[in-house]
Amino acid sequence: MRLLNASGCLDALAAPDVARTLDVYVTKTVTPLPREGNAPVRIAETDLGMLNAIGLANPGVDAFLAGQLPRLAELGVPVWVSVGGFSCADYVHVAGRVGARDEVEALELNLSCPNVDEVPENVGEVVAAVRSVTAKPLYAKLSAAFADLGATARAAEATGADGLSLVNTVRGLALDERTLQPVLARGAGGLSGPALRPVALAAVHTCFRETGLPIVGMGGVARGRHALELLAAGARDVAVGTALFADPGAAARIRAELEAELAALGFANADNAVGVAHASADSTLDPRSRLEAEKSLHIETNLAG
Amino acid sequence: MLRRERRSVVATEAVGPYTLLRVERGSVDPGNPGQFFMLEAPGRLLPRPMSLALAPTGELAFLIDPVGPGTRALCSVTPGEQVGLLGPLGNGFDLDVGRPLLVGGGIGVAPLPFLSERLGGPPAVLGFRSSWHAEAAELVPNAEVVLEPTYVTDVLPAGHDVLACGPEPMLQAVRRLTPHAQLAWEAPMACGYGACYGCVVELGGELKRLCVEGPVLAAA
Repeated sequence: MRLLNASGCLDALAAPDVARTLDVYVTKTVTPLPREGNAPVRIAETDLGMLNAIGLANPGVDAFLAGQLPRLAELGVPVWVSVGGFSCADYVHVAGRVGARDEVEALELNLSCPNVDEVPENVGEVVAAVRSVTAKPLYAKLSAAFADLGATARAAEATGADGLSLVNTVRGLALDERTLQPVLARGAGGLSGPALRPVALAAVHTCFRETGLPIVGMGGVARGRHALELLAAGARDVAVGTALFADPGAAARIRAELEAELAALGFANADNAVGVAHASADSTLDPRSRLEAEKSLHIETNLAG
Repeated sequence: MLRRERRSVVATEAVGPYTLLRVERGSVDPGNPGQFFMLEAPGRLLPRPMSLALAPTGELAFLIDPVGPGTRALCSVTPGEQVGLLGPLGNGFDLDVGRPLLVGGGIGVAPLPFLSERLGGPPAVLGFRSSWHAEAAELVPNAEVVLEPTYVTDVLPAGHDVLACGPEPMLQAVRRLTPHAQLAWEAPMACGYGACYGCVVELGGELKRLCVEGPVLAAA
């Protein structure tokens, strides 16, 4: 198991010591042209998480390759570059240029940013197009907000993705205590933190069943236990996002806590815990009993409604 | 190395509507006036940025206005309770000035007691909404206090090196009068160390992270 940062949750050049607590550093999303991002206010705390609407602020691929990447390579931590765009051609342009660089270990395709108006076309189409311009490992970063996440994950696999990053934020809204107006200048933003945890678990659980791809699990990981649950649901690696904001030492702490959690449950290592949440569902529940359980739940729901 | 420390609360004191939160300093560097700390707000997901108000022996003190859930939680801590803190962060005031004048408005007076101490008690002009809020002026020596509808910019003497902190309209007005003032700005922050890109402000036509480039910026 490797511990990563979630893209956009750490600037390794501003905090190199924090980046060195990770097994992989994932950059903020890089787009073809420089982007200022959205106007402030860009962040808001909610009861069980936070919203952000940064808007893919980045220097653009040329400045990234010339200015940032050489310095990132000096950190001594493998670098994954998050690739973004607003069309298939955008992804191909950035991935082709970034993928040609030796300093880059892998590419993560950000196919699910909730904070821009233009959404990418068909996931499979983008993955296939990028696959044709780079041999680097490709991780498709998906959102639990996709109507059929399983089908989207299968499409990514079929078109050449080497892995999945699950999950991106989901859209949320916060209103000002006094004025009842949206706190974020953009209105809605991406929800992360504890509220995203069960959403991420379900997404990882689904995609583990639907594909054979390795999964980087992320969403509200703040403790070793949270990392363990993502592994159990099917993640091979784990990323930390919002927890890094409150505590730059979060990754090192989570790693230590995870080791204790694994030992307490008798796992020799993290890899042995991957996917264990699926074992009991397959072996102890026969299809008929599962059907009965769903049926009774359906009846109770109807009664309650 | 950026490291979040845990420190015991020594005391909380009411200063008008504000709370002066005093915590044990331990080995934490108080930094320079105008720098800030991220303070863990009990029960909240994200810490809150607070400039250091005073650095008495063995302590760090923060002046906090309870305006939201995080600041209310910070004002409600009790002596002996532990709070997490990260800092000092950002860039403080440049203390190499000839004729310093401190200018503050409302809770923007927060970094001025520490700044005044480091500069040997220069004159100050502080503006507040009410005499209750103006109780915070007791923390700043040699201060002239004005209350709304009088603004600090109505009484600003000429010929000084202005170091200011306050609400944005006040800072904009100070900037128009004294183009070379040093201004301490404020923005919502999730991290305080350049990670979240939440605290951007427009600087020279570009959006810059206040936690990294500021919070004290030259006006010009």
